Amino acid sequence: MDTEKEFEIIDHTADIGIRAYGADIKQVFQRSAKALFSLITDLDKVAEVLYRDIELAAPDRESLLVAWLNELIYLFDAEQILFRRFDISRLDGTGIKARIYGERVNKAKHELIRGVKAATYHMLKIEKSNGYIAQVLFDI
Amino acid sequence: MSAPWRSVFKQAGECRWEIPVSYKEGMSVPGLIFASESMLDHIWEEHVFQQVANVAFLPGIVKYSLAMPDIHWGYGFPIGGVAATRVKDGVISPGGVGFDINCGVRLLRTSLTAAEVRPKIEALVAALFSAVPSGVGSTGNIKLREKELDKVLINGSRWAIEHGYGEPRDVTVTEESGCMKDANPDKVSSKAKKRGIPQLGTLGSGNHFLEVQAVDEIYDKDAAKVMGIHDTGQVLVLIHTGSRGFGHEVCTDYVRLLGEAARKYGINLPDRQLACAPVRETEGKDYLQAMACAANYAWVNRQCITHWTRQVFQEVFGKSYRELGMEQVYDVAHNIAKIEQHIIDGKKQTLCVHRKGATRALPAGHPDVPDIYRDVGQPVLIPGDMGRCSYILVGTDTAMSETFGSTCHGAGRVQSRAAAKRSQRGSDIAQALAARGILVKAESMSSLAEEASAAYKDVTEVVDVAHRSGISRKIARAVPLGVIKG
Repeated sequence: MDTEKEFEIIDHTADIGIRAYGADIKQVFQRSAKALFSLITDLDKVAEVLYRDIELAAPDRESLLVAWLNELIYLFDAEQILFRRFDISRLDGTGIKARIYGERVNKAKHELIRGVKAATYHMLKIEKSNGYIAQVLFDI
Repeated sequence: MSAPWRSVFKQAGECRWEIPVSYKEGMSVPGLIFASESMLDHIWEEHVFQQVANVAFLPGIVKYSLAMPDIHWGYGFPIGGVAATRVKDGVISPGGVGFDINCGVRLLRTSLTAAEVRPKIEALVAALFSAVPSGVGSTGNIKLREKELDKVLINGSRWAIEHGYGEPRDVTVTEESGCMKDANPDKVSSKAKKRGIPQLGTLGSGNHFLEVQAVDEIYDKDAAKVMGIHDTGQVLVLIHTGSRGFGHEVCTDYVRLLGEAARKYGINLPDRQLACAPVRETEGKDYLQAMACAANYAWVNRQCITHWTRQVFQEVFGKSYRELGMEQVYDVAHNIAKIEQHIIDGKKQTLCVHRKGATRALPAGHPDVPDIYRDVGQPVLIPGDMGRCSYILVGTDTAMSETFGSTCHGAGRVQSRAAAKRSQRGSDIAQALAARGILVKAESMSSLAEEASAAYKDVTEVVDVAHRSGISRKIARAVPLGVIKG
């Protein structure tokens, strides 16, 4: 079941954070990823024309969320791909496997609003409260 | 009514405010904030002093966890933070350098005057905009293979000069001569290299810019003259950028690795973003060698942009850049960690000085100051925001004895990006600036709105605190004529 609000942007002096809501951890990871790309561009203008497969491991769930978002930032920066769909096939406390869909940047079609340097561990949180909430701060 | 910050901050001299060790259990040194009294309300409300206190937990930190007058909330370390740790038993923290390793500023002078440049400013800004790639994820015109990238990482600015980007003199007026010696490309992930290869020679986005400016005030004529700055109206060019995706990935990789190392060495940290490892252990050494690669990448980046800037001026003004007097004044890094010698309690110590949004500010006579500036001190370049002004300062003996030879690096944000965007549209900002004779060309109007003047502290207030407290000395001020942004 989807919760009503997918994510929100946290207003922060120097940088930008996101708070993502989900019925389960998988949804929280998906929506965190969507929130990240919504900081970069208008996702309504991004098509699903190519995909990448991701597999990551980390010592704990919070670190895994940072690793997941940093992997997406890496793929965007190195390959110039904007992603909008995140199909997670496996997610446990220390590992994630996903196929993600998006489109290569086309300057005529996509305005790139801001660059995101990295996801940080600062104020990082995953909490259970009527579903799950994840909070991540990015360096912009 | 007494201000709430009085319960924590104790005045410790002109523009100096101490956070005592007793403030938070785990601090091993006090915090020291350089600020005017009027800045303290914001510092208090933003809770950024908590970050100053957290940095004081780092093992081996000496004297103080310092905050420069442009301090603002970061992630882990505050922006405007300086921390020196003992190399023999202290730590190094990638978060104390930041994601944009060797983000920095380079200043070029010209013999042109504002009166000569203004009639051509539109053509000049347009030509600069097309010559210097900018914007989110911008890719450059330098085609590199991985082997060649390794040479960039090892040799720094020298690589650029050998490949025709600039001249040997530029290197002599670049911090570290544009090359940190310990760079080791084997300590850099293939991901960082993959991000770095296409982005060399690009300005990037966010607060990075290239600005054509005119000197509007000179505070110390003799020192300015040594820098080749003779009169108000003289045109300068300021370049502000860093190590792009390459540096971001190096930091990302090492925050993760040093987070694991911190656990391994049993280091207790109040914030995971302060991840660190002993400077002398493998993990610490590896980070320093990878960081040096990113620092060198950034110097090559600014060197290539310098070259294209000179070419554009040649085309627009129909004279060679030498005839136009386009010499480099200096280049500073403001996100970096360095192994330096400092006198602590009368004894020489080897320290790892983290400058996170802080500029090195060496005094006259220091051996690391280039010969031509030996009598005036190292130039310190402070960019303001696009609507205000920028400053040239020099380092002082006070900085050497109190701040490990460091000072502020810029204005410092006071407003979040979202709030800045809500209050003004990018196109309105560009128009308002144009009305004041400042031409702005940006890759993204949204990005421009986020960088509005109102989002920043007034750089003049920041510089005045640096000057009044004695940690640097004002030499000259410049105002923008034209700006290109990402």
